[in-house]
Amino acid sequence: MVQFILRRLFLLIFVAVGILILTFAMTRAIPGDPCTAMLGEKATPQTCKLFLERFGLNDNIVVQFVKYAGNLLQGNLGTSIKDSRDVTDILAERLPMTFELTVFSMAFASVFGVALGVISAVKRNSAADVGAMIFANLGVSMPIFWLGLLLAYIFALTLRGTPFQLPPSARITAGTDLPSLLKVWGMEDAAGLKRFIVLMLSNSVLFSSLVQGKLDVFVDTLRHLILPAITVGTIPMAIIARMTRGAMLDALTQDYIRVARAKGLAEFTVIMKHAFRNALVPIITVIGLQFGGLLSGAVLTETTFSLPGIGTKLVDAIFSRDYPVVQAFVVVIAFVFVLVNLFVDLSYAYLNPRIRAQ
Amino acid sequence: MDQPNAIALAKPARLPSAQSPTRRMLRRLLHHRSAQIGLVILVFMALVAIFADVLAPYAYDEQVEDANAKRRDPPCVHILGCDPSKPQFVFGLDSNKRDLFSRVIYGSRLSLEIGFITSGFAIVIGALLGAVAGYAGGWTDNIIMRTMDVLLAFPSLLLAIAIVSVLGPGLVNTLLAVGIVSIPVYARIVRASVLSVKEMEYVDASRALGASSARILFTRLLPNSLTPLIVQGTLGIGTTILEAAGLSFLGLGAQPPLPEWGLMLGDERNSVFNAPHLLIFPGLAIMITVLGFNLIGDGLRDALDPRRAA
Repeated sequence: MVQFILRRLFLLIFVAVGILILTFAMTRAIPGDPCTAMLGEKATPQTCKLFLERFGLNDNIVVQFVKYAGNLLQGNLGTSIKDSRDVTDILAERLPMTFELTVFSMAFASVFGVALGVISAVKRNSAADVGAMIFANLGVSMPIFWLGLLLAYIFALTLRGTPFQLPPSARITAGTDLPSLLKVWGMEDAAGLKRFIVLMLSNSVLFSSLVQGKLDVFVDTLRHLILPAITVGTIPMAIIARMTRGAMLDALTQDYIRVARAKGLAEFTVIMKHAFRNALVPIITVIGLQFGGLLSGAVLTETTFSLPGIGTKLVDAIFSRDYPVVQAFVVVIAFVFVLVNLFVDLSYAYLNPRIRAQ
Repeated sequence: MDQPNAIALAKPARLPSAQSPTRRMLRRLLHHRSAQIGLVILVFMALVAIFADVLAPYAYDEQVEDANAKRRDPPCVHILGCDPSKPQFVFGLDSNKRDLFSRVIYGSRLSLEIGFITSGFAIVIGALLGAVAGYAGGWTDNIIMRTMDVLLAFPSLLLAIAIVSVLGPGLVNTLLAVGIVSIPVYARIVRASVLSVKEMEYVDASRALGASSARILFTRLLPNSLTPLIVQGTLGIGTTILEAAGLSFLGLGAQPPLPEWGLMLGDERNSVFNAPHLLIFPGLAIMITVLGFNLIGDGLRDALDPRRAA
């Protein structure tokens, strides 16, 4: 197990360096000279000279890379060209939205995906099984942004006036007053990591409203999250359902299931305690593997529902050629993704005694 | 008294193995329920794409010049009870007064092209990289495969977005970005199968006969990866179509007035409440096409897998 973790960590360092090189190369690979590419119409010989000096673009390429990596490690992600703000501040503003969306869609996908898969496997070839698998096939073939638009249409327009009506856009109802936690906790002059963390917590509207005891805002935010979370979660749910069904069908044909039944155990115990437990390892792996899809899905869904997350900001930044923001966001997303994958691998090893023993 | 036995010996029953493996595979594929559905869908889509000029009443960028037609008019089909005095538009009109039916039909060409070109590109490059990595081993293997690991360290759509942000928005750059993102999967598949047959005796035999490395690679090692490549490639086409549509939806892919389905959804997403027909049809078209590739991919996997076949 220790060896497995060490090997995995070694690979992580390699991948981390790779990510740094790739994202560094990204901004250097933009066709044309970087100043006109980034400043656009504002690029005059004078501003360009200042610009190149300020971003250290006159240095040797190796020096540039070392500076870039060093800055990143110190948590300095640079300054946005468009808003002249620290990218870390923008990140602290945008990340919580995407995080909330990802967590909720993951929960939705896991719970319903696993349930659907188990039912399909137990009632194999029944109408429920066929229906669930048709649904799973459609689910993986659907463009996620299309699903979002359809859900918005159904829940905001068709079901208007019923208790099922749900808001189709934005994060909270416009005009909601929720003061920043920096103010509430009297930490307006905080700096560095402390400021970043408090900003993150503050911008997680769910957390912030709960801490401030504003239950109505909390519920309102939850209602706004339902449609986006279902949208992002549907494809992973379909994949999880298919995988769960396969793993359960495998487990149900094993001898120990026949033994359990022969012992006279209740069918529910046989399925949940004997079959499901053994099917769990592949199911957890496939759930973990959905994370990348969730992040990609979040980018598209934020645009569909006009949510202020990293996805919408990333697309904005690309159109306004705000390369420091693009670069920083891509780096952060890649590192989050890599860490989640590491966590999935380790938990997989923990759950599967055969890997643990190696 | 021994006669029946003698007859049985004289005319042995025809064994199923008398068929060639390809024919057996095709038979299994054609009997596979989901492959049948997938095949019907794809043949239909291919016909639509080929005969788009005949089927589409308008050009994809042509504005309908009819005084009775308004922007975002809902579908109107006379035999389905639509007022005969109104002009007939099967899928309705879009925000630029273009016939949506024609645009969706022309879009099939674009989406099939996107799917085949990007997957073809990724398969060729990925297969070559994987084959070289598996065959050469050592440092070459390490460098190639660790680079693939780095590419896999990004969620695929986000990497594609990052690449497009460098190259600039546009259809060709989108194809390139989506293609690059799909390379690692194919490289891994080919490398694994090359590793598994590299030490076989028939490869040694070729080498002893003086075959060059390239010849061994192309005639002895790569053909073995064909089965998993075909399965993954078919499933991969669906994924690339979805990813390219996603980029176009964000405005980073195909640019107006191209009839790309994802772009059509992105352009009209604000019409969701007043003209939902503009969103239903392009989305359905994407889903059906991707479903076709996925179903055939599933069928191929089952048909080509000897364990399942047994």
